[in-house]
Amino acid sequence: MTSPILEYADVRKDFSADRPVLEHFSLTVGPGETVALVGPSGCGKTTALKLANRLLEPDGGTVRVFGRPAGEQEPVALRRRIGFVIQEGGLFPHWTVRENVEAVPRLLGWSPERRRERSDAMLATVGLPAGAFAPRRPASLSGGERQRVGVARALAAAPSLVLMDEPFGALDPIARRAMQKEFLAWRTRWDAAVLLVTHDLGEAFRLADRVAVMASGRIRQVGPPDALRREPADAFVREFVSEFLA
Amino acid sequence: MNGLAGFLWGRRDEILALTGEHLVLVAVSAAIATAIGVPLGVALTRQPGLARPVLGFANTVQAIPSLALFGFLIPVPILGGIGARTAIVALVVYSLLPILRNTHAGILSVEPAVVEAADGIGMTRGERLRMVELPLAFPVVLAGIRVAVVVGVGLATIAAAIGAGGLGVLIYRGVATADHRLILAGALPAAALALALDFLLGLVARRWGPRR
Repeated sequence: MTSPILEYADVRKDFSADRPVLEHFSLTVGPGETVALVGPSGCGKTTALKLANRLLEPDGGTVRVFGRPAGEQEPVALRRRIGFVIQEGGLFPHWTVRENVEAVPRLLGWSPERRRERSDAMLATVGLPAGAFAPRRPASLSGGERQRVGVARALAAAPSLVLMDEPFGALDPIARRAMQKEFLAWRTRWDAAVLLVTHDLGEAFRLADRVAVMASGRIRQVGPPDALRREPADAFVREFVSEFLA
Repeated sequence: MNGLAGFLWGRRDEILALTGEHLVLVAVSAAIATAIGVPLGVALTRQPGLARPVLGFANTVQAIPSLALFGFLIPVPILGGIGARTAIVALVVYSLLPILRNTHAGILSVEPAVVEAADGIGMTRGERLRMVELPLAFPVVLAGIRVAVVVGVGLATIAAAIGAGGLGVLIYRGVATADHRLILAGALPAAALALALDFLLGLVARRWGPRR
């Protein structure tokens, strides 16, 4: 196996003294791979995601990104190399769709022509033709459209790692399903590694190459969806998976 | 009424000159208060521990009766004395609180998800402030400046008591001579000035505010 893009080695994170939020957390995401972190709310999955781009710092263990410890990399530069998608896209409400998509290229100092070319291409990829959507503002978009802009923004600078935190969480079930299908279609076109955080096991099973099931700060089992279905490691995973299968 | 109009018309040169002085007092003090209040308000959002004591102190200062503050400032070296400079210092003190408080509240009112997105895509703190927080807080900050300006127009009439000029001169003269027409000659233009400045700043808010 080639060296992972993102690697957690025995990571611990405490917010307070009583109980760690993450404990003995080890996980790798290889180049081009989609790994889903799934589990009930409060299980530490978002905390794990935020350790990757140094929005949080670990209290123990190491997080390595692009082969180097994250702690040794300048946070701003690191974040510009990592795509970041949150619920509702976290779009800047006072910027147009185009300005949002061009945010990272602009921070990186790309020329206006190159930015424009890139934002046209990204908007086309996510099914929002620039002619109709580029000048609009987030408030005038539907939830699904906002989410697409969020994805386009995250991918605009062609990062080799993308972090997605409940990217489709704010959508109704039908829009959610449509976005999941599109995600799989986009996936064939980008070779980025994706760490996807979701509380929805169905979403994790549909979108990810490997799924890590978490409970109270620990990974209970990691594997391809089939393996989790066939050989759940413990009662928690069996029950969690069976709820989805039912 | 005709009598009043004629009275005002007869004194139009003096009223215009004093309105100009008044405008200068208010504009200069609002500009200084903005230059101090906005950066300080931003700084308080970065140092939450300081926000309560500093805002509390500004609140307390605001509670000093204005005539007393003008009086207190007269013997103070450099800042004080008789005249417009002292009045501007006092007006800055009063204008500071609304601007400071609104800047602080405006920055804090930016949605956490938007701030997280700004950090997550790799903005520096300066970029986040300049590109995201200040533009989104702008309407709230401007509302604070509007309050400061409108209140400042009223307060500046009292500045005439320490020889700072402005429309208060007519009001004081009117009070001293029990001439209500003179009082109105100062009060009406002051009210009109307050409304006009409020309207102008409202236009600024609409023209340069963030569109959503």
